[in-house]
Amino acid sequence: MTSRARWAGVLRTPVGVAAAVLLGAVLLLAVCAPLLWGGRADEVDTAHILAPASAEHWAGTDNLGRDIFFRVLVATRTSVWLALLATGLGVAVGLLLGTAPLLLGPRLGRLVTAAVNIAVAFPGLLLALSFAVIFGAGASGAVPAIGLAIAPGFARLTQTLSATVAGRDFVAAARIAGVGRIRVLLRHVLPNIAEPLLVNATMAAGGSLLAFAGLSFLGLGVQTPGYDWGRLLGEGLNGIYLNPAAALVPGVAVVLAGLAFNLVGEAAAKAVGPRTATAPVRGASADGIAHGADLPAGQADAVLVVEDLTVSFGPVTPVRGVGFTLRRGESVGIVGESGSGKSLTALAVAQLIEQPGRVEARRLEFLGDDLLRTPPRARPRLLGTSLAMVFQDPMTSFNPVQRIGRQLAEVAEQHLGQRRGPALARAVDRLRAVRIPGAARRARQFPHEFSGGMRQRAMIGMGLMGEPKLIIADEPTTALDVTVQRQVLSLLADVRAADDVAVLLISHDLGVVEQVCDRVLVMYAGRFVEDLPVARLRDGARHPYTRALLGAVPDLATDRDQPLVVIPGRPADPAAPPPGCAFAPRCPLADDHCVRADPALVDDGSGGRVACWHADERPEPVLSAATEGEGR
Amino acid sequence: MTSTTASTAVFAHLSGNPWLRFAARRFGRLLVSVWVLVTAAFLMIHLIPGDPVRAALGNTAPVELVEARRATLGLNNPLWQQYADYLRHLFAGDFGTSMLSGMPVSQVIGDRLPATAELAGLAFALAVLVSIPLGLVMAVLTRGGRRRPVELAFTSGSVLLAVVPEFLVAVGLVYVFSVELGWAPVAMRQGPSSYVLPVLALALGPASVLARIVRVETLAVLQAEYIRTARAKRLPDRRVYLRHALPNALTATITVGGLLLGAMVAGTVLAENVFAWPGLGSTIVSSILAKDYPVVQGVVLVYGLGVLLVNLVVDVALALLDPRSTIRES
Amino acid sequence: MSELTFEDVTVRFGSGRRAMTAVDRVHLTVPSGAVVGLVGESGSGKSTLARAAVGLTPVAGGRILLDGRPLPRAGRRPLQMVFQDPYSSLDPRMTIGSSIAEAIPRGAVTGAAGRRDEVARLLELVDLSADRAACHPAELSGGQRQRVALARALAGRPDVVIADEITSALDVSIQGTVLNLVRDLHRSLGLSMLFITHDLAVVRYVSDYIAVMYLGRIVEYGPAESVLADPQHPYTRELLAAARRPGREAVDTVPAQVAEAEPADPHHPPPGCRFHPRCPVGPLVHADRAVCRDTAPTGDGRRHRAACHFAGGAADRPGVPPPGDPGS
Ligand SMILES: Nc1ncnc2c1ncn2[C@@H]1O[C@H](COP(=O)(O)OP(=O)(O)OP(=O)(O)O)[C@@H](O)[C@H]1O
Ligand code: SF4
Ligand code: SF4
Ligand SMILES: [Mg+2]
Repeated sequence: MTSRARWAGVLRTPVGVAAAVLLGAVLLLAVCAPLLWGGRADEVDTAHILAPASAEHWAGTDNLGRDIFFRVLVATRTSVWLALLATGLGVAVGLLLGTAPLLLGPRLGRLVTAAVNIAVAFPGLLLALSFAVIFGAGASGAVPAIGLAIAPGFARLTQTLSATVAGRDFVAAARIAGVGRIRVLLRHVLPNIAEPLLVNATMAAGGSLLAFAGLSFLGLGVQTPGYDWGRLLGEGLNGIYLNPAAALVPGVAVVLAGLAFNLVGEAAAKAVGPRTATAPVRGASADGIAHGADLPAGQADAVLVVEDLTVSFGPVTPVRGVGFTLRRGESVGIVGESGSGKSLTALAVAQLIEQPGRVEARRLEFLGDDLLRTPPRARPRLLGTSLAMVFQDPMTSFNPVQRIGRQLAEVAEQHLGQRRGPALARAVDRLRAVRIPGAARRARQFPHEFSGGMRQRAMIGMGLMGEPKLIIADEPTTALDVTVQRQVLSLLADVRAADDVAVLLISHDLGVVEQVCDRVLVMYAGRFVEDLPVARLRDGARHPYTRALLGAVPDLATDRDQPLVVIPGRPADPAAPPPGCAFAPRCPLADDHCVRADPALVDDGSGGRVACWHADERPEPVLSAATEGEGR
Repeated sequence: MTSTTASTAVFAHLSGNPWLRFAARRFGRLLVSVWVLVTAAFLMIHLIPGDPVRAALGNTAPVELVEARRATLGLNNPLWQQYADYLRHLFAGDFGTSMLSGMPVSQVIGDRLPATAELAGLAFALAVLVSIPLGLVMAVLTRGGRRRPVELAFTSGSVLLAVVPEFLVAVGLVYVFSVELGWAPVAMRQGPSSYVLPVLALALGPASVLARIVRVETLAVLQAEYIRTARAKRLPDRRVYLRHALPNALTATITVGGLLLGAMVAGTVLAENVFAWPGLGSTIVSSILAKDYPVVQGVVLVYGLGVLLVNLVVDVALALLDPRSTIRES
Repeated sequence: MSELTFEDVTVRFGSGRRAMTAVDRVHLTVPSGAVVGLVGESGSGKSTLARAAVGLTPVAGGRILLDGRPLPRAGRRPLQMVFQDPYSSLDPRMTIGSSIAEAIPRGAVTGAAGRRDEVARLLELVDLSADRAACHPAELSGGQRQRVALARALAGRPDVVIADEITSALDVSIQGTVLNLVRDLHRSLGLSMLFITHDLAVVRYVSDYIAVMYLGRIVEYGPAESVLADPQHPYTRELLAAARRPGREAVDTVPAQVAEAEPADPHHPPPGCRFHPRCPVGPLVHADRAVCRDTAPTGDGRRHRAACHFAGGAADRPGVPPPGDPGS
């Protein structure tokens, strides 16, 4: 979406419209009120001094008999104008200070940053008061006072935002290309931070309007004979028992105006801030083919039986009917590119999909228990002790503020009814089991004190707190170095061998799956397209996608003189899967039939399953140049 | 500032203990900040255009009186000497003398400080006690786009309260509870009931800001992968929220909470003026208007020290709560 | 074309207690017209070396030379770089056309039309159609962005291009496209390249020479076939063993003494040979190899350079007695 469209989008939300209208009204008043009612606001009427609110004087009169209501309207201009002036000053100073680190280089920049950091800690009002002492009471003193009080906060925001942008690679690229500092600032940094800054300046304007009212209210702002809302409010407060309206009307004016600025800012912040994708979607194709069906029912040693599993988020269905069985001690890998639904399948099996996600399945059985129909109360213990999960990023998968030992012990306390001491002892024992040196000492450490590989092993250890029958590992080694990866994979293999634990391993890396698994499930666009024993992967793959995947990634045996196989086009969009075979737009074998009808995953009778109308056929030898790539 | 650097270095040398290093670093920073604050307070008076004594005593005061006052205040000495004297006096606990009443500033502050501290402390306690549970519950109720109406009500309510500054809240409270209902005394610090309105006026805004932050932070934390891990351990929801989500949400909350407490200290200035509360806030305003600069200087210093203290407490709390912060660069 | 040389290059970060040497006295040559693949684990200093070369990170010691001369810091930049993350390497606010045009050196083309033609030529060069110039990065896929980034690098008429993990953020099905393009460009333009990756298979596919980096030091360097077929350094052999595919079981030859060794902490690198706490043929396994603990090995020529006191091929695999001369 372009930025203009996004700003326009602000006006489409009810809050945005209300805020914009309110702000428009305030600004209009600021321009017109003094012209229209300036005279009536200054009209002295000694006959009606300090009169309460009446039909004639809606908010009563002041000590010279002037009409307070009109004075409030007329005061709009002073109040708003002074606030904008102060904001402008604050924003300008803030921008200068905030971009200084970029322009001055690291050393001087650090000095500026440190100064700003000290200033930011001081509340704006306190700064404003101090500046008011220096500049003297009065509007000309209050404007710089409030402006300078805004500046540190704005400078800090500018600094943080611009540092983020300046750290991104496109700025590095521009510098390598020889673009100068000022040009980088003007062309690359400022345009990318303008929106949040504008939003913030709007809110700052609201803030300084209120601050100004505060100062005037204290008698430090606008001085007589001038008047603004704060001053009127201060005068009104003295007689609040006699004429509450004299205090309330300016108060309401201040609140409305402050709200107008702030709401516009809020609405804009929502519109320009990070957004959750609300992609337009089509309904999933309901072609009636029972995908992943017809598994031999009720195998005695089945750990996990999944039939026709679907995961949907509103109208998007990223997992569209998958089925498989895992036997005791068996190790199965799911491969596919990102977005194909691998992780969601795993999470759905583990019952970890949260609202608004929805999981449906014809069958979902773990150790013979129907997970879909087990009463929720009975489930935690079963899953907590028999099902272990290992996630991709060992950095973020542990609670950063709890000791590793406690995080493991928690499982035993919760599900095995152990007390703190024994639970912790078991945790240490399990850490030892996953080959963590100095387990007792390590158990007292926090996650950030562990290396990545060690954390991943601790995560496996956490799964071993109970007596797992199934370990689901979602890209367990993707974030690790190859040498560390090998340690983790061999640990998984050992655990599996020791207790006959079944393993469901998710990976985008065929090499990893080959090392660990007996069977591979190849996933594409929310479906399994092929299921085959690992031994047959290299030379017995039947689906065009599986074969292309094998050729697209170089391995240590790839012919260096041949170009790599290229899979044209982009991965399928889960929000809009094609009606027929999802791979058809990228498939060299696709024909009309493929485009219209979705092939079912059928058993080939030799321990494999494949979903393709033209399984085993080979394409004409094409696929040479990069021009065949994902489109120009 | 060599002494600071030196002492920091000594501290750091004492031990490789990260806590000691953290303490040394933090203490060094505190010293620098205090020095900046004191210098700023000193300069404040010297930056005032014209003669502050003349301004304080008025245009009609005789020249001799002004000169005499200048001499007693040491304003005729060279600037560096005035600065040295100022520092020396401060060390001895001497904040100067009020130009108007002739009372020692330290005595004025001593009389007024408790009232302000009470007000700020109570208001902060109230804000924290209300906002953290509220924010947490709101996050849990509205996570993943659940219960949109609740979310809308909460958000708009808190935005409104957060925007309205404390003196307007105060005026509104006075109007409703004192003028219309006659429940609470309008002003002054007399008996427990007189605390209700000022404390409420001070606490409402920060409480709503804080509740909003707790909610947003908790929502973010609930998305974190370690929460998924906690769920994968099949812990009961209550445990997931209280043991895993809350401590992590609090780290960000404390940072903002500290800023809010600082702002609250400053907010007392306005609230005190509405309620005629006999604290530092009413003192500083009347002193600014009366141009009684030594008092202003002293009160600004006290407020500033209060803010620095709050920042210190926040950093220590963060270090205790978040094991990574001790090794993080500050 | 041109030869890029790192002479004794050191890069440090931080100071005092937090100081660390990310790149430690590195010698490396990218011969004219050749692709040098730089592999090593995460944090070994590969990116830092690259960033130092293009001037994004100051060097603490040593020199970086192009054809024997120091790199110019103004005017045309003979070194260009392509980054890992295709989502952060293009300014989201600029059309890809202006991103590329910005990198065209002043004076290389004349007038707006000249610039437009040049942009079109560059886009064609990376197999994108010229009318894509008006697109914003958001409209492109990751692989297409990476190709735009390549075009931008080529716009500077570089003598050497540095590619830092340019495929690792891409989907498996798309990596091939970019690798094919890199090879084509290298062949058709005769570019010299420093190609950084952590994936040995990728490096094997694109490089003429391979350099292996460990904890800030180059531990092995040589022609690609030679390094792969006859790795001299135990770390290289470990990398190769871990990457061994296709074929199933990775033969676990790591001796128990170092099997669970933790990756070293770059802030506190071990003394002597930096690999010794993990080395399967080092002091932890062979008691008589104490020299590794306190003397840093220097690379010198056997078949190719390897920084190991006991560098060697098959003869030196674990279990086999070490050859004689330790100091070599
Ligand atoms: N700006 C910096 N300040 C401090 N340390 C840094 C900085 N940049 C990099 N480092 C450190 O320098 C070391 C080398 O980092 P570098 O990014 O060069 O590694 P790398 O080999 O490219 O790793 P990867 O494969 O993960 O990209 C790391 O320990 C890293 O933490
Ligand atoms: S069904 Fe058709 S389009 Fe789909 S993979 Fe098979 S051949 Fe290709
Ligand atoms: S020098 Fe010694 S420790 Fe280092 S790699 Fe060679 S044998 Fe191993
Ligand atoms: Mg890198």
